[in-house]
Amino acid sequence: MFRAEHGRAVAVLTRIFGDLEIAEDAVQDAFAAAVEKWPETGVPPSPAGWIITTAKNRAIDRLRREDKREDRQAQAALLHAQGEPEEVGAVYDEQLRLLFTCCHPALALNVRVALTLRMLGGLTTTEIARAFLVPEPTMAQRLVRAKTKIRAAGIPYRVPYEADLPERVRGVLAVVYLIFNEGYAASSGDTLVRDDLALEAIRLGRVLVDLMPDEPEAVGLLALMLLQHSRREARVDADGSLIRLKDQDRARWDSDLITEGQDLVRRCLRRNRPGPYQLQAAINAVHSDPPPTDWTQILQLYNHLLTLDPTPVVALHRAVALAEVEGPAAALTVVDALNLDTYYLFHAIRADLLTRLNRRTEARAAYQTARHLTDNAAEQRFLEARAAAT
Amino acid sequence: MTQYLLSIYQPDGPIPEPEVLEKIMRELNAVNDEMRASGVWVFGAGLHPPETSTVVKASGGDVLVTDGPYTEGKEHLGGFTVIEAEDLDAALHWARKVAKVLDPLAIEVRPSQS
Repeated sequence: MFRAEHGRAVAVLTRIFGDLEIAEDAVQDAFAAAVEKWPETGVPPSPAGWIITTAKNRAIDRLRREDKREDRQAQAALLHAQGEPEEVGAVYDEQLRLLFTCCHPALALNVRVALTLRMLGGLTTTEIARAFLVPEPTMAQRLVRAKTKIRAAGIPYRVPYEADLPERVRGVLAVVYLIFNEGYAASSGDTLVRDDLALEAIRLGRVLVDLMPDEPEAVGLLALMLLQHSRREARVDADGSLIRLKDQDRARWDSDLITEGQDLVRRCLRRNRPGPYQLQAAINAVHSDPPPTDWTQILQLYNHLLTLDPTPVVALHRAVALAEVEGPAAALTVVDALNLDTYYLFHAIRADLLTRLNRRTEARAAYQTARHLTDNAAEQRFLEARAAAT
Repeated sequence: MTQYLLSIYQPDGPIPEPEVLEKIMRELNAVNDEMRASGVWVFGAGLHPPETSTVVKASGGDVLVTDGPYTEGKEHLGGFTVIEAEDLDAALHWARKVAKVLDPLAIEVRPSQS
């Protein structure tokens, strides 16, 4: 209840008062009041409506007190609230506006992620700080600065101009996928899967699909996250070491998530407006099919993805499929031409191809290089084991 | 409405050839005219090179006048425009137009307090 309602309430209050910080404080007050009152009075018939009304009344009380001290910000917010219609409709539109504000390109990427988790995800500053391994005061300061910039620079609460929309939608999807990846394969720290972040990203992904029903990439992103998340239980062994896809115990894959993800892939591909998230989801959908894996189809999907997103990282992943279809020698030629020297996965994949070509000394060196380039403990253990076995 | 300062940062050193510069100035004037027609333009100017500037600074009771520029560095303010816009998205819409004309110069968009 809390996380889902938090985003809605902050979105409505932001519309009413025209200020993110006032909205956030008011919603926090209202949730605190709910914790205090509901055990006595029982949960009201419309908890969301109760939260919003309580938050609004508390904010107005507080602003009136500050108004007496001639606080300019309070005056502006009160004036804004008087000009706004009373009804609490189109909450979805308001959440979408808030999402575009939190993911505005004028904010630094790590700030967009933190703000989205705070405002729409309802995570506390403490939780966000812990998730990103940043001291709490640092994260608190980051959020305060972001809110100050939004107010001072006039970052608007609205759906972007038509001309900016495709780029801004991509920006929002990227923030949600970044949150998922931080949860799925934490870039540092001791657990490979941080379920809470991944689950929050999936929840936000569902909100995005609701908010942007005509955007197949939003559906593609949700499908991609569901399919990746379906393998979370099978991705690490008892010692916390990474298990490769082909070595995973398929019985431990979550079949409900796979079914949902594969259905979504079919649904969005039918629209025939493929994009990078849809194609990555389709690749994951093929991987989720019963064995043997259809590598030819995966390679075709990667070929398509590479035309839409011609980056070395995509080319690297494509090379893995190429190795299955045309053999490790062809794949190694492709990989060696990529400029990804600082990316651990580049060296890990090179090492695997070299192993299959029986070039063991080079393979061992490549595993060791990969090992030094990742901070994730599960990946480190996996790479150490591979280097030792080569 | 907020007033935004659009600062154009320019690397020190030689300026483009006259024929290149003329085309840029023509396009820039066209964007400025568009700003005026839309009612967002407040004020703007291109500046002489930083070597022409003079710094005035008080220290204790004395006011010292020295040869400029004040900030060290390889880039300096080359010109600016003040616009009045509804919000940052509207200001960025105009900044993008200026940036396209002045490619590859960076435009810094900064809100004013008033």
